[in-house]
Amino acid sequence: MKLELRGITKRFGTLVANASIDLTVNPGEIHALLGENGAGKSTLMNVLYGLYTADEGEILLDDKVQKFSGPGDAMAAGIGMVHQHFMLIPVFTVAENVALGNEPTGVLGTLKLAEARQRVLDISKQFGFNVDPDALIEDLPVGIQQRVEIIKALSRDAKVLVLDEPTAVLTPQETDELMDIMRQLAKNGTSIVFITHKLREVKEVADKITVIRLGKVVGSASPSASTNELASLMVGREVDLKVDKAPAQPKDLVLSVDAVSVLDDRSQRAVDSVSFEVRAGEILAIAGVQGNGQTELAEALLGLRPVIKGSGTIKLGDKDITEASVKQVLEAGVAFVPEDRKKDGLVAEFSVAENLMLDSSFKSRFTKGLNINLKARRKIADDLVQEFDVRTQTSDSPAGKLSGGNQQKVVVARELSREVKLLVASQPTRGVDVGSIEFIHERIVAERDEGKAVVLVSTELDEVLALADRIAVMYRGKIVGIVPPTTSRSDLGKLMAGVSA
Amino acid sequence: MSSLVTETKIGFKAPIVMAAIGLVVLVFFGLLGRDGMANFQISRRQDAIQLPDVPIDSSLLGVVSGILMLALAGFSLWLTLRNRKTRMWSISIFGFLGIVSLLGWLAADNSVPVSFIAGTALVLAVPIVLGAMGGVMSERSGITNIAIEGQLLTGAFMAAVVSTITGSFTLGIISAMVAAALLSMILAVFALRFLAQQIIVGVVLNVLVIGVTNFLYQQWLTQDSENTNFPGTLDIIKIPFLSDIPIIGPVLFENRITVFAALLIVPALWFVLFKTKLGLRARAVGEHPLAADTVGINVARTRFWWVTIGGAIAGLGGAALTIGNAGAFGREMSGGFGFIALAVVILGRWHPISASLAALLFGFSIILRVWANQVSPGIPSDFITMVPYVVTIIAVVGFVGKSRPPKAVAVPYVKG
Repeated sequence: MKLELRGITKRFGTLVANASIDLTVNPGEIHALLGENGAGKSTLMNVLYGLYTADEGEILLDDKVQKFSGPGDAMAAGIGMVHQHFMLIPVFTVAENVALGNEPTGVLGTLKLAEARQRVLDISKQFGFNVDPDALIEDLPVGIQQRVEIIKALSRDAKVLVLDEPTAVLTPQETDELMDIMRQLAKNGTSIVFITHKLREVKEVADKITVIRLGKVVGSASPSASTNELASLMVGREVDLKVDKAPAQPKDLVLSVDAVSVLDDRSQRAVDSVSFEVRAGEILAIAGVQGNGQTELAEALLGLRPVIKGSGTIKLGDKDITEASVKQVLEAGVAFVPEDRKKDGLVAEFSVAENLMLDSSFKSRFTKGLNINLKARRKIADDLVQEFDVRTQTSDSPAGKLSGGNQQKVVVARELSREVKLLVASQPTRGVDVGSIEFIHERIVAERDEGKAVVLVSTELDEVLALADRIAVMYRGKIVGIVPPTTSRSDLGKLMAGVSA
Repeated sequence: MSSLVTETKIGFKAPIVMAAIGLVVLVFFGLLGRDGMANFQISRRQDAIQLPDVPIDSSLLGVVSGILMLALAGFSLWLTLRNRKTRMWSISIFGFLGIVSLLGWLAADNSVPVSFIAGTALVLAVPIVLGAMGGVMSERSGITNIAIEGQLLTGAFMAAVVSTITGSFTLGIISAMVAAALLSMILAVFALRFLAQQIIVGVVLNVLVIGVTNFLYQQWLTQDSENTNFPGTLDIIKIPFLSDIPIIGPVLFENRITVFAALLIVPALWFVLFKTKLGLRARAVGEHPLAADTVGINVARTRFWWVTIGGAIAGLGGAALTIGNAGAFGREMSGGFGFIALAVVILGRWHPISASLAALLFGFSIILRVWANQVSPGIPSDFITMVPYVVTIIAVVGFVGKSRPPKAVAVPYVKG
């Protein structure tokens, strides 16, 4: 089926998320939609899928204009979508999820689950998916969950399949498998729209590339275009993907983690007897696919999450901080950039200045006795805004009003303006524009060069390779190997999939 | 992510709680128990099939039950040490022994009319059961329904007044269900259209209904109660043959239509919720509305109808209070049943059948208090009243485990 979007415009208040976008996808084509986070790719696809209504423009399938008032219409017309955040119900089985909205029923609307199960098995067999129809979604690894999403779309006879950032949660091996699946589907005549910001994947699998920036189509390219060419189209200028840094000169031991285990929110052992050391003046990156215990490990380092009693110790220098409170850990000299800045890093309703003093509200340079020293705070805030290039009108503007990159700079500014020995940075550049990424990366390297120890938790392999002096790979709660940054991508990929070095 | 190393430790709560209760039964009902025989009456005088009474020595019953209960606690400990869960059947037997020993203790030198107690417990539980079914329907689809109390009260009022004025119980029941459904619609519209705080809307509705019914009761019903609030009760229907079965017959098959309705609605709701397309969709909407939306399910419409029909069922529960039991409407006569229904929903983990069983516990407690007062006036009835609440607390901490509400309950769904 041929898909054509003509002049799609979508506004949210004053923000124009999509400005008059044209896009044509031919039958059996894998069409990559390339753009940075926040460029408007997902909005466009949600318009296509009927979740949003476009303010202007039209959608054509096989040259016929379509009117979608909801996802039901889009699906009936043959559009299937695999969302970035899976649209699966965790407490339902695979078969129930696939059946939902399209249920095979008998008398009185009774569910014919056997039929739904067979449907899953058929599609699963056709494409070699190997999915158990009776498994609960919440028990499945993300790679399999994604296949369930694809089965869900195919079981509704999708002729156009939209994959929204499908590789964000996959290991390199799972990514390769997904690409094989995409090729196979395209060969069977399905048109595929592949949304991503990862250049390597686009070059590997796409037939055609459309680049979107700030809600507009800024160009199209063929997969043979060079990475740099694509990147500069994407961000609008030549970018330097490498970070200049001198070789590390590790000195004294700052952080030693010995056989630490941590439970997650569901009382499962998310971190399983993990040990590593970080010295002053080096960056240890903790790599791995999301959800392999990195989050819990970072939280345990900070004292946000208890270490299982008796399992191991965390030492900062000579000081045991295994059971220390967050306050004690911070005072001992640890800075923390949390992975979700909106949830844990900032109070959106507070001003930039207020956010900058969040972790120094007691007996600090911001205070005078029991009061806040407003004069000093303004001065410090203005200086930090300047130093960290935070694009805000004043330091009194609410932090929530800033763009993602500038919000992150506020968090980084707060954490780096204290005297610390160790920086724990979790996903410091997630959802941040390229300019800010560069800036944050440089600051992290600068901290290292000043003799601080850095633990960088990142799921982006590019970031890990650009910054790390040593790379620890986590898989299912264990560190499966600590390797030098010269390790090849494919070897790292194997580690991330649990194959020990 | 359960792909990670799984490690769930079974806690020692169940065996500890069971052992403690077992000890209480053994010591207080058994060793320090009361003298005299407790006469368990299996058959009523009017029953077709007569079974002999079973007299048991009260303190001997306490000793035997206590020892058996301690044995079950030991079994539970044995399982826990092997990191296995305490079995449901052993908990059921445990509970049954506890209840029997309590009855035997209270009835020293007296009789225990078994089918009377069980039957009345069921009748008293019906409003709670039906209220809880309304709650399950609402919460499973993702809307918190605090207004069950108001729905019961509305149903009770309408059933009494309309039945009296029209002389037709059918019209009374229909108007009770419709009025309570309308009340639910207010909740649904506020929650779905105006995205109001569901708990606050629910509380306001409760207060509103209490105010309106109190006003009408004072100004109208008490002035002319003969013509407005004198409905009487529904006829008791005996199902032939089935009602002759000892114990089960009188308890289950010789009842008013409201009780039969409850006995049908509970399994029917279970079937709809877990075996049909409608139920699958409602549960999907209550767990992950966005996911349901992306497969073409209308979230708002689904929630609206589940809340509304749930309200109608709660309204029937209200009717069971007046024309199904008391025979007239009284000031604030739902007396917290709606809130107990709410607790029962949670205790029953949003499952129609478990919730109904929990509701029965409360029905039992009410009749127990009345009956205990008659057979052993010496024991303070407040103490007896405490039993179900203590049992509830124990059940919640000890046995129910981590209850998991529908994920999207009380979270408004806003389309982009």
